[in-house]
Amino acid sequence: MTDLAPIAVAIPLITAAVLVAAGGTVPRRVVDVLACTASGACIVLCALVLHDTSDGTLVHWFGGWTPRDGVALGISFAIDQIGAGIALFAALLFLAAFVFCWRYFVVLGPIFHALMLVFLAAMLGFGYTGDLFNLFVFFELLSVAAYALVAYDIEEEGPLQGALNFAVTNTIGAFLILIGIALLYGRTGALNMAQVGEALAGRPADGLVVVSFTLIAVGFFVKAAVVPFHFWLADAYSVAPTPVCLLLSAVMSELGLYAFARVYATVFSGALGGDEAIQAVLLAAGTLTAVAGALMAFGQRHLKRMLAFATVSHVGLALIGIALLDGPGLGGAALFVVADGFVKASLFVSVGTVQHLFGSVDELRLHGRAHALWLTGPLMGLCALAMASLPPFGPWLGKTLIDQAARDAGQGWVVVVFVIASILTGAALLRATLRVFAGVGPREDPSIVGSPAPDEVDAELRFAKDRVPLTMTVPAVALAVAGLGMGVAPGLRAAAGDAAAPFFDRAGYAATVLHGQAGGAGGGAVPVPGIGEVLVGLLTVAGACGLAYLTLAPRRPRLHRLGVATGRAIAWLRPIHSGYVGDYVTWLLAGAAVMGGVFAVTLTT
Amino acid sequence: MNLLPYLVAVWLMGVGLYGIVTSRDLVHMVICLSVLQSSSYLVLLAIGYVDDAHAPVFADVPLGTRAVDPVVQALTLTDVVVGTTVTALLLALSVQAYKRYGKLDPQELRPERRLQRRD
Repeated sequence: MTDLAPIAVAIPLITAAVLVAAGGTVPRRVVDVLACTASGACIVLCALVLHDTSDGTLVHWFGGWTPRDGVALGISFAIDQIGAGIALFAALLFLAAFVFCWRYFVVLGPIFHALMLVFLAAMLGFGYTGDLFNLFVFFELLSVAAYALVAYDIEEEGPLQGALNFAVTNTIGAFLILIGIALLYGRTGALNMAQVGEALAGRPADGLVVVSFTLIAVGFFVKAAVVPFHFWLADAYSVAPTPVCLLLSAVMSELGLYAFARVYATVFSGALGGDEAIQAVLLAAGTLTAVAGALMAFGQRHLKRMLAFATVSHVGLALIGIALLDGPGLGGAALFVVADGFVKASLFVSVGTVQHLFGSVDELRLHGRAHALWLTGPLMGLCALAMASLPPFGPWLGKTLIDQAARDAGQGWVVVVFVIASILTGAALLRATLRVFAGVGPREDPSIVGSPAPDEVDAELRFAKDRVPLTMTVPAVALAVAGLGMGVAPGLRAAAGDAAAPFFDRAGYAATVLHGQAGGAGGGAVPVPGIGEVLVGLLTVAGACGLAYLTLAPRRPRLHRLGVATGRAIAWLRPIHSGYVGDYVTWLLAGAAVMGGVFAVTLTT
Repeated sequence: MNLLPYLVAVWLMGVGLYGIVTSRDLVHMVICLSVLQSSSYLVLLAIGYVDDAHAPVFADVPLGTRAVDPVVQALTLTDVVVGTTVTALLLALSVQAYKRYGKLDPQELRPERRLQRRD
């Protein structure tokens, strides 16, 4: 059954090639149907692969080049439950995005679908691969497809700038990853992750290993948009076509984190064991990312930019889960990433629906205009509450599991970060929802420091606008149900623990990949959320509602002053997000230097 | 091991990054990115280089002859392809920016500047 995984990667690639070859001769609806069918087939295959991984890690050697005596010359897919899970998650989101595209664009060539399918194939390969260089190639493939997709509305102003910043910073990130991989190859003569890990294990880390680890970590953190490598994200996500945003925000950033965790676990954990310094750096980066992203999200009026910064914030939260470098933390992070990704995707679909009907994504300009949308409004409100960790929904469960894992690891303070980040992003989304759909609150807001969204006169938005098309409602509801339901689905919590438990077992992974021993299945324990966790969730939601109320009720002068003060507190963050790519690269280098410096001092012996 | 290729690679990396950070012209920036990427080709090839060795083709030399590492050469080729794709895409965006604004200065593409222009 391991042969299914390469087929899942091949299907979208072949479909993309067919679409490009056929050019404009295929009618638009046929293209839509083909794309939906291809992503549907991927869903089925990914689900089968995920099912198979429950017995242990699947290894597929291309061309039958199996390893001899622990030396791998061939290229492999090494699929565990985490990788298979993220691949299935990506495929599900693509189907939702393709359905949403149906009525979102009026004029749309097959190139768009082809790029999307290449993007899908790259994500699946990225989740499945067991080879460092293959990881890099899939990384570049998904990056280039994403650059082109962000720049799809190339006649507009924003997409040009967003795509340029995105492409330049991420290409530098990819370059750093490649240099890191090259150094590892120079040291070990291997590219298979398991084999590189075996070669590095047991010996104390020297300068080369630390440099290589820093380069690879920074490269993946650029993609994941960890502060201070995150600047490109808001520029790119706020201007991309909404179906693309949904994918970028829900799964692409998280793939950066996934890749970091995978490479750390399989390659470096043997050499850099006793990882207090790494854990400290990751926790600090996660905390900074979560708080900075949440503050910036709170200061936005451009709805897509708000969701983009919420993405940054949640990447920080997931990074905190990964930073624990143990099974329970990773299991919580995995559950959080998927549940939160579904909810974010649903929010993007809702924003896209509003954009489709009213031609704007500006919170203040949309004031009260969307009150007729009786389904989209409440759905968005519910998703906003879920983002503010309302029990028992999926995002709450994920955050709670990370919290509890952190407490067990002696890092109980992270709950404060979770509460602050959730209150700020939840309040921003609640405020926007109430303003846009219910017309609550004033038309001016001193607490908002972000610039307004431009009015849109897009060719893509010229449909009959009397009602919400079914192809927008269905994905929004389905994604929200998936994300919210993950909190109450029976067995999911235990499954996440089982999936994550073998992830950091480097020796077990190597034995499976290089020597064909069965392994990598089950045995994880995740904590059960108790009444205390429910209370924390409820308090966070109350905090978010309170903050949203403060910003929407400025008729009372004291509250008004509070709103202004909040705005001022956030305003200093804004000039840093200058939109100039040179600044972003400077931040990237400074962040890399700091991380490298800390690792150089603490990790070498 | 010869240090020279690594030193050149570090130099190229520094020059490329400096160029990207300070660039006032999109085409210049894209070229700097290419310079930066070319340092990775050098690192890869240097890692696989063996003194007094053949090309890794064993058609007319006996097996076991010293040869340079073919893996890094394949990696370099892949990397060249990837780099070209990114360069082509970025140049296409630059052309579009020039068509729209008549300028290639990335500073002019910043959102604040766009708003200023509109006023």
